[in-house]
Amino acid sequence: MDKPFAITLDPGSSLANRTGSWRTFRPVYLDRLPPCNAACPAGENIQGWLYHAESGNYEQAWRALVDNNPLPAIMGRVCYHPCEGACNRQQVDEAVGINSIERFLGDEAIRRGWQFSKPAAPSGKKVLVVGAGPSGLSAAYHLARLGHAVTIREAGPYAGGMMRFGIPKYRLPREVIEAEVQRIVNLGVTLTLNCKVANIEQAMKEEGFDAAFLAVGAHIGKRAYIPAGTAAKMVDAISVLRSMEGEEKPQLGRRVVVYGGGNTAIDVARTVKRMGAEPVIVYRRTRDKAPAHDFEIEEALQEGVMVKWLSTIKHADAGEIMIEKMALDAQGFPQPTGEFETLAADSVVLALGQDVDLGLLDGVPGLEVKDGVVQVGPNMMTGHPGLFAGGDMVPSERTVTVAVGHGKKAARHIDAWLRGETYAPPPKHELAGFEKLNPWYYSEAPHVVRPMLDILRRQSSFEEVVQGLDESNAQFEARRCLSCGNCFECDNCYGVCPDNAVIKLGPGKRFEFNYDYCKGCGVCAAECPCGAIKMVPEEN
Amino acid sequence: MSYQPIKFYQTGTFTVGNRLLAPEERSVQASAKRFNSINSGHRACQGCGEALGARYAIDAAMEATHGQLVCANATGCLEVFSTPYPETSWQVPWIHSLFGNTAAVATGIAAALKVKQKKAPHGQEIRVVAQGGDGGTTDIGFGCLSGMFERNDDVLYICYDNGGYMNTGIQRSSATPPAARTATTPAVGVEPGNVFGQGKFVPAIAMAHEIPYVATATVADLRDLEAKVRRAMEIRGARYLHILVPCPLGWGTASHDTIRMARLAKETGLFPVFSAEHGEQKSALAIRRQLPVEEYLKPQKRYAHLFAPTPRVEVLAQLQALADRNIKRYGLLDGGKQ
Ligand SMILES: Cc1cc2nc3c(=O)[nH]c(=O)nc-3n(C[C@H](O)[C@H](O)[C@H](O)COP(=O)(O)OP(=O)(O)OC[C@H]3O[C@@H](n4cnc5c(N)ncnc54)[C@H](O)[C@@H]3O)c2cc1C
Ligand SMILES: Cc1ncc(C[n+]2csc(CCOP(=O)(O)OP(=O)(O)O)c2C)c(N)n1
Ligand code: SF4
Ligand code: SF4
Ligand code: SF4
Ligand SMILES: [Mg+2]
Repeated sequence: MDKPFAITLDPGSSLANRTGSWRTFRPVYLDRLPPCNAACPAGENIQGWLYHAESGNYEQAWRALVDNNPLPAIMGRVCYHPCEGACNRQQVDEAVGINSIERFLGDEAIRRGWQFSKPAAPSGKKVLVVGAGPSGLSAAYHLARLGHAVTIREAGPYAGGMMRFGIPKYRLPREVIEAEVQRIVNLGVTLTLNCKVANIEQAMKEEGFDAAFLAVGAHIGKRAYIPAGTAAKMVDAISVLRSMEGEEKPQLGRRVVVYGGGNTAIDVARTVKRMGAEPVIVYRRTRDKAPAHDFEIEEALQEGVMVKWLSTIKHADAGEIMIEKMALDAQGFPQPTGEFETLAADSVVLALGQDVDLGLLDGVPGLEVKDGVVQVGPNMMTGHPGLFAGGDMVPSERTVTVAVGHGKKAARHIDAWLRGETYAPPPKHELAGFEKLNPWYYSEAPHVVRPMLDILRRQSSFEEVVQGLDESNAQFEARRCLSCGNCFECDNCYGVCPDNAVIKLGPGKRFEFNYDYCKGCGVCAAECPCGAIKMVPEEN
Repeated sequence: MSYQPIKFYQTGTFTVGNRLLAPEERSVQASAKRFNSINSGHRACQGCGEALGARYAIDAAMEATHGQLVCANATGCLEVFSTPYPETSWQVPWIHSLFGNTAAVATGIAAALKVKQKKAPHGQEIRVVAQGGDGGTTDIGFGCLSGMFERNDDVLYICYDNGGYMNTGIQRSSATPPAARTATTPAVGVEPGNVFGQGKFVPAIAMAHEIPYVATATVADLRDLEAKVRRAMEIRGARYLHILVPCPLGWGTASHDTIRMARLAKETGLFPVFSAEHGEQKSALAIRRQLPVEEYLKPQKRYAHLFAPTPRVEVLAQLQALADRNIKRYGLLDGGKQ
């Protein structure tokens, strides 16, 4: 007992006092589902690949991206980016330019020659894919990575489907399609062009395919009944666009009327404008009711495409058409007004939608066709076992991205089906809505706008209109991501805990709670910028 | 000087750290090797702003002095929850003092260290911090503090302002804001809560001493706080740092709202965050998104009588006027007078 005066106990550390016992709620780390990911029809882990792009690790970002979608350079040009429409950053300033970063990564991969990682060990199973559009390409890619032997049969002379024969060059340069298709072929996929499958059952039987994925798209232009003189020239939009890919360019004359208000109408009008003609779009409703995306209409108007809103074609003749003015009724439907007008027209291009050519399915038992499209179950299988289908030929929103998503989903189910199993997707994380974030921590940073080709060249050439980002602004844009619902190692929780009850595990390893001392105050959860911590009641 | 925001477009520098920042651009608190000057197992309430503010400040001072630091501590929550005999949470040389004499104790330590330094000039220099609550600083310790200032003793004095004598049961101090309910300023009568026109703002009094450095900070602006501690440790002589530290118990706020409350105090202008050197204001931390004072007052039970049973609009207007005066006086909308 040689302690100083009045001291009877040895000095101790407060670590002896396990304040964790005070807790009634405990913080837990979790990953929530970012709204962008939830909105992506191809099921991309956008937040996940942006995370790598933010640190300038573009190859890893690209690899994370292509885990779900093998066509980023294409997507970064033609996807209508519903992800950006859902992005939480809209509520801070503007959505993250996800699509432009995706394109940057896709282009970077082409430039640097990045290839997909090697497929899994061969499964010994053979799968036939019919159609080399986005849906077929996506399915082939995923099936090949899972170790299956994949053959794609494509009726046309090039791969790409509507991306090649529909979407014009000035939006999607052909080298981009070729590079991304070639990379899928390099995975060991057999692609046979100019090879139409006439009868699916026969094709499968003859070469012993264990399953098939059908993705023949919708290529038959819809016709509308328009009284027309014998000399009137009427063609459908899809054949016009398709002939742009061949030797013989379409002969439409100078004054071209395009009938319809969808994206196809816009694409045809912009295409003929570039060929030196004067396109006029005739559409029966108003601009805000048109199915085309507003930015596309805007770009067409900028290029000098004329539009007659609220108009229908009553009659077509050589050199001119007669249109009737419409008016919207109380329900917003167009009604005839009895007011007519003639319009000079050397030709009329019908852009009224497409039907599916189901010829190859004749006589296949078990199939159900409704409204001209093939019905599939939640596993993308048709009523005929082993026959799966996706993309434009099944009921869906007809976009490249949906088609890619179908291909991936079908591949997973085909893979399970081939093994006699069923594929159960992992349970979805809860949504990281804006209310889960603490936006205080994000500084204001305006969206990077993609440069556009100058207007003169846009009217006369097929050069790409929308330009890409360079590395510095792509990274800037990536760093605008709030990382909704997923820890981005900002150190906030580690810093703000009054009880030092957060353990920092080191770069890439995130954090852990020390429940011996965590009092459950909830400061960490409240101050986590991205909503990656949740307070849950303690049991007992 | 307060910190220069780093041009970094993901979170700016509002977060504690960030994996994308170079380590030297991160805060002291982001480091896995930070000192943790006050250790786990302390008995502060859940979500205590004072425990947090003390770790922020002392860790930053430890970093700035390479661990060559002595702390003198006034009686108050900070002392009581950190050192129940025989345990201590402090991982720095730390000395207990009385409720009112911390500044004087620190002065003595600084004088002794100066003599020791003279005798052994090649040894590491050791710096001194004194710390206490608002009661220990603005009330009972004020005489010692003013003496330390006017003698320009080489001490950084840190006041953790939670707006009352929280340790002894939430009594009013001269730093309790007007209208706030405490045990000694109950919410009764015609002027419920703490009366207007009393109390004092010690940072302004410290400036009047024309000491080398005076600054205010909150636990909501860590990087600003750390920059101020760093600056203070670059300077010799008397320095004063006044940190707003919300008290969930005394303010009647949810334990998870501690940082939010400090942020709202700053964003409404009710608590001005600025720095001054030799009596002249040098900087102000600009309000990012100005808010009406109600946003800050409403979540606090100590102001509940301003909202129910009938809203006391005239009192709210008086509090708003105080915020507006701060905004004007310290240039809080444009980041300072110069
Ligand atoms: C003009 C136009 C512009 C568009 N722009 C966009 C856009 O910007 N963004 C967007 O997301 N979507 C756009 N779309 C929609 C998009 O192109 C389609 O939704 C998508 O291509 C559908 O993919 P798919 O794989 O189902 O079919 P498709 O792309 O149509 O591919 C089907 C393929 O199957 C082949 N095929 C058909 N039958 C057989 C057979 N019997 N044997 C072998 N092969 C066969 C076809 O030749 C074709 O290559 C546009 C569509 C059009 C028409
Ligand atoms: C001379 C003296 N009078 C009264 C007390 C009792 N006492 C201890 S702490 C305290 C209040 C502390 O208030 P403050 O300094 O604001 O610190 P807080 O607890 O709020 O952090 C009082 C009155 C004391 N210790 N010594
Ligand atoms: S901020 Fe990032 S994670 Fe959140 S929705 Fe937008 S892109 Fe996705
Ligand atoms: S801040 Fe610390 S004490 Fe509070 S809940 Fe989080 S880990 Fe626990
Ligand atoms: S506060 Fe930051 S470091 Fe902690 S979980 Fe959230 S994002 Fe990750
Ligand atoms: Mg106090």
